[in-house]
Amino acid sequence: MSVAADAGVDFCGLRLAHRVINGSGTFDALAARRVFGGALVRDFPFAAYVSKTITLEPRDGNPAPRLWEAAGGMINSIGLPNKGLEGYLAEDLPQLSELLAEAGDAAEPVPLITNVMGSTGEELSRLVAACEQRAEIAAIELNVSCPNVKTGLDIGADPRQLEQVVSACREHTRKPLIVKLTPNTADVALCAQAAEAAGADAVSLINTLRAMAHAPGGGRWLGGGTGGLSGPAIRVVALAQVAAVAARVELPVIGMGGVQRAAHARDLLDAGASLVAVGSESFRDPTIAFQIARELGS
Amino acid sequence: MSDWSAAPAPLERRLLTVLGIDELGAYRVLRVADVETPEPRPGQFAMLAAAERWGGGEDERPYLARAFSIARRRVGESHFLLEDVGPGTNRLCELREGDGLWALGPLGKGFMPPTERRRAILVGGGVGIAPLAILQDALEAEAEREVTVLLGFRDAARAAGASLLRGAQVATDDGSVGHRGLLTELLSKELYRDSRAQVYACGPAPMLEAVRAMCAGRGVPAQLALEAGMACGFGACFGCAVPKRGGGYVRVCLDGPVIDAAELERVDEHAGAPA
Repeated sequence: MSVAADAGVDFCGLRLAHRVINGSGTFDALAARRVFGGALVRDFPFAAYVSKTITLEPRDGNPAPRLWEAAGGMINSIGLPNKGLEGYLAEDLPQLSELLAEAGDAAEPVPLITNVMGSTGEELSRLVAACEQRAEIAAIELNVSCPNVKTGLDIGADPRQLEQVVSACREHTRKPLIVKLTPNTADVALCAQAAEAAGADAVSLINTLRAMAHAPGGGRWLGGGTGGLSGPAIRVVALAQVAAVAARVELPVIGMGGVQRAAHARDLLDAGASLVAVGSESFRDPTIAFQIARELGS
Repeated sequence: MSDWSAAPAPLERRLLTVLGIDELGAYRVLRVADVETPEPRPGQFAMLAAAERWGGGEDERPYLARAFSIARRRVGESHFLLEDVGPGTNRLCELREGDGLWALGPLGKGFMPPTERRRAILVGGGVGIAPLAILQDALEAEAEREVTVLLGFRDAARAAGASLLRGAQVATDDGSVGHRGLLTELLSKELYRDSRAQVYACGPAPMLEAVRAMCAGRGVPAQLALEAGMACGFGACFGCAVPKRGGGYVRVCLDGPVIDAAELERVDEHAGAPA
């Protein structure tokens, strides 16, 4: 497939075939190839592929249940299961790199953005430094929605802490560094400014909104207690936050949150986003990102 | 059907047309025209969503597609067994001839055929009998295979579902149809009679766990078709994880829904069909 009317997009020096990518943790390309076979690489839905969050140590994820269908959306409490940095670099990265090379055009693979999370600047720096060493990784996205072990506050919710952490990571990479902002903060634009001041190349938003559901019989439903709300329910919040951030920083913005159709993507682009990411809607239709890209391009 | 291997699923959702919806006691059999689907392996599933008015039901749901076992294939048709238990199934039960249905699939790992000389015992509880119907079709299409069918239900209205399979022994909680008591009591008798068996089970989590424990205790291999809330059906959301033996989780959509019982320490309370 190709999006003929859109001759390509530059994003932080990367060449993307169109403006639609995936939100981290919403598409497992290796699993999808097992399920859909060669069709996945022939018709790869995303212009860049964002990995699920990688942490230093392996994580099993949260106990079941991990999902709750909310009004116009869903709450997930997955708990970032992943093989850990070592497992990711040794097992997943070679496979992903091969898949994305096949999915790209003859000259260029689909760029891989690796998303990493740590609870301190030091942890994040180690992850970033390791990614810097690997040519298969085109860009790095920092997941800063992790509580500080001392304060309990999400790193990304506190502009001062965010600036320190991003500065520390910046020293360890020359690859494009994207900061995935959390919406669970008093002033997301202030956080975006902090990321910009610390040397980030781009920001992406919104991450999921913290949410909780009670079981029909009472008590918390999700095994992890609370989770993150996504889907159409958060679309208007995403638009407001993307507009607020785009107005305050010069950095390119990746906008996401509840995008289901090209019109929703266009809203985010009009609000100042350079790229749009699709998340939950891919669960309902794995080809939706490409359909949106095609409509945007025509 | 004697092909047990699964082809890759089409990447695109397919818009299918409803042929009809048949009452089966407390259940409904949804029949859709489905010509171009790769032939599903027994135990595989599809993610279904009504093409119109998917959303706006109770609590402004449904939003996500719902996973259903493919209950049966007929020439050019797929059948799904429904029980109205929530906003998703409620909307699907409203579908009428000519309505559109989005389907992604067939997905997941299905049942494996029994090793030679083992009798197949199909153990199904409630709406969980669905994948056993297509399994019975496949097993009986193979020469001289003995298939024993044991089905359990809460009450008589649900026990009407037993007619989806052939020659079933039935147990009900209230004794209104067949044996009064637990399905595992019927299974125990069958295994006592001849334990050279391969058990295939699908149903509520407590039933699956009882079947797993009984088979483990008697050294009988068992394949369990699990169910779990899932957003996607193709390994993306990690929502359908159930704990596996030795730690960690399996994804029901990708590593299942049919899991060898030996891979589980126990069946998680959230990994079964509605009772």
